[in-house]
Amino acid sequence: MPEMTIAEALREGIREEMRRDPSVFCLGEDIGIPGGFGGAFTVTLGLSDEFGHDRILDTPISEIGIAGVAIGAAMTGMRPIADVQYGDFLFCMMDQLANQAAKMTYMSGGTVKVPLVMRAPVGSTRRGSQHAQSLEAFFTHIPGLKVLAPSTAYDAKGLLKSAIRDDNPVLIFEHKLLYGSKGGRSEKGALTAVGEVPSEDYVVPIGKGVVRRTGKDVTIVGKLLTVYRALEAAQELAQEGIEAEVIDPRTLIPLDKEIILESVRKTGRLVVVEEDNITHGWGAEIAAMVAEEAFFYLDAPIKRVAAPDTPPPFAPPMEAFYVPSTARVVSAVKSLF
Amino acid sequence: MLVTTSIEPPTRAELLHLYHEMLLIRRFEEQCNALFLQGKIPSTLHLYIGQEAVAVGVCSALRPDDFVLGTHRPHGHALAKGVSSRSIMAELFGKVTGCCKAKGGSMHVGDMAVGMFPAIAIVGANAPIAVGSALSAKMRGTQQVTIAFFGEGGSNEGAVHEAMNMAAIWQLPVLFICENNLYGASTPISQVVAVENVADRAAAYGIPGVIVDGNDVLAVQEATRIAVERAREGKGPTLLECKTYRLCGHSRSDACNYRTRDEEAEWRDKDPLVRLSRYITEVAQLATAEEIAQVAEEVEAIMQDAINFAEESPEPQPEEALLHVFWEGN
Repeated sequence: MPEMTIAEALREGIREEMRRDPSVFCLGEDIGIPGGFGGAFTVTLGLSDEFGHDRILDTPISEIGIAGVAIGAAMTGMRPIADVQYGDFLFCMMDQLANQAAKMTYMSGGTVKVPLVMRAPVGSTRRGSQHAQSLEAFFTHIPGLKVLAPSTAYDAKGLLKSAIRDDNPVLIFEHKLLYGSKGGRSEKGALTAVGEVPSEDYVVPIGKGVVRRTGKDVTIVGKLLTVYRALEAAQELAQEGIEAEVIDPRTLIPLDKEIILESVRKTGRLVVVEEDNITHGWGAEIAAMVAEEAFFYLDAPIKRVAAPDTPPPFAPPMEAFYVPSTARVVSAVKSLF
Repeated sequence: MLVTTSIEPPTRAELLHLYHEMLLIRRFEEQCNALFLQGKIPSTLHLYIGQEAVAVGVCSALRPDDFVLGTHRPHGHALAKGVSSRSIMAELFGKVTGCCKAKGGSMHVGDMAVGMFPAIAIVGANAPIAVGSALSAKMRGTQQVTIAFFGEGGSNEGAVHEAMNMAAIWQLPVLFICENNLYGASTPISQVVAVENVADRAAAYGIPGVIVDGNDVLAVQEATRIAVERAREGKGPTLLECKTYRLCGHSRSDACNYRTRDEEAEWRDKDPLVRLSRYITEVAQLATAEEIAQVAEEVEAIMQDAINFAEESPEPQPEEALLHVFWEGN
């Protein structure tokens, strides 16, 4: 089985779906320009050689337009994959996502579908405040959107293929430090999230989480990069006799609640790790859900490890302070014993 | 550029059909107003009274499989595109037989089966979606044309500018129809647009900008035909500005204190329905006043049927609010 980075796995997923279904096409800024980047993080690099510039469609710098065009095309028989250079730019197209894409099926009484995919890189990577935010929680709060957060190459390809075949608007958040992009687009401090990815057709179902590590003492739930921080913390904790179970929901909407609840019922302790800032965040929602549905299984308070309520800072020492570290996860877990 | 007079004069049947369509919108809106006052329509309403020649002129130049994207003032667009008066009225009543199963209401009426997108009530937001629809038509090779209606107020939205530029660079089959009714809610155009005509902005995108008398249905129809032909031939979009006037308030609660009664009277003299009926009976002399009255009777029957249908239709169960957040299949 070939080994791939997440960027490569996403590229193969797009390639296979575009071969399979002529209604699938990509649009975005700098995604297919000869000599260009192949998208901000190389995901679409080389795809225009096979599919041409009509199906790997380079757009002006017009985020409202990109989103609106994807919606209009999706409502009339196409399956667009829109590429957003940085997740932060989703705010430029917020009306199209929140008022149009998310509500079209509902306000038409279920008579209209909007099968579009929007891919957006997130995460702090020394770019300051406007190219660094983790925006997942914003979009999980908008009914009508499905929200995915793959953390491995296998999941990235499998979930992308599910998203393309889904009849709803699907946002896929990808972490910049997990792409494994090569050359000039590689990221300092990136993990090598290289993994085995089947060459044959497969999908990862939307709405199914996965247990990344089993353990009996504490449940750590993370997403994207924080799954890896949780796994690193689990290794450290194991040396001190604490066995952590690490859950990666993979899909944020719809959420696989049961995989989290089942784990908490076993361990009695929960730590949620996220790179988003803490207040009104995704971790709060997971904590509330567990408190409502598994309160009597808890042996300790639920802990959240998240970024503080500031914009992402630039200078490396401040950024390292801002982003949840493995040490902070370890210390949060220890505080429960 | 002003549009010249029609090359081929319309036939009697065509003229009576246009009059029928415009009168249906007028009577629909007047009835909506009355039904609102009777408490039968629960929402506010943005009525299309005075602008009927635009929707009918544009839509009468389209194929049935072409697409239209309306605005927060969409009843006229929907009726002109062929959404049934029954299903629109039922939607306004909040009944399950409505075109959006009571989930949309006045500002979202539509029916994709006849090419009418659910109307989009965020000003200007429909323009990029229309461009996507046009891109899709080009990719699928269907030669379908897509229409985006917006007002002179909507023309100031960034979404509209992004949309026009994208449509222009890709030469897409989309028409941007600006219904310039002089006021964005209460704000006069002179306060928010620095050029004389919205259509002048077309030059910035390298597309034709056409100005037409929006109260002359034949002029609107002809200008639309020219633009549609261009679009179907792959020559790209057109910005068509239709100069018109709302002969009613912006919404139900609007007393129009921001404009003068004299101005309103001037525009009432240019009422598109009166102009068309005069043209038919006096200029073209293709029908008599009695025949015009006959059309009015037909329209009244359709309206009464639509109202009866809406009144007799069931209300949704409250918990139906939980359905259709996601696509549940046909």
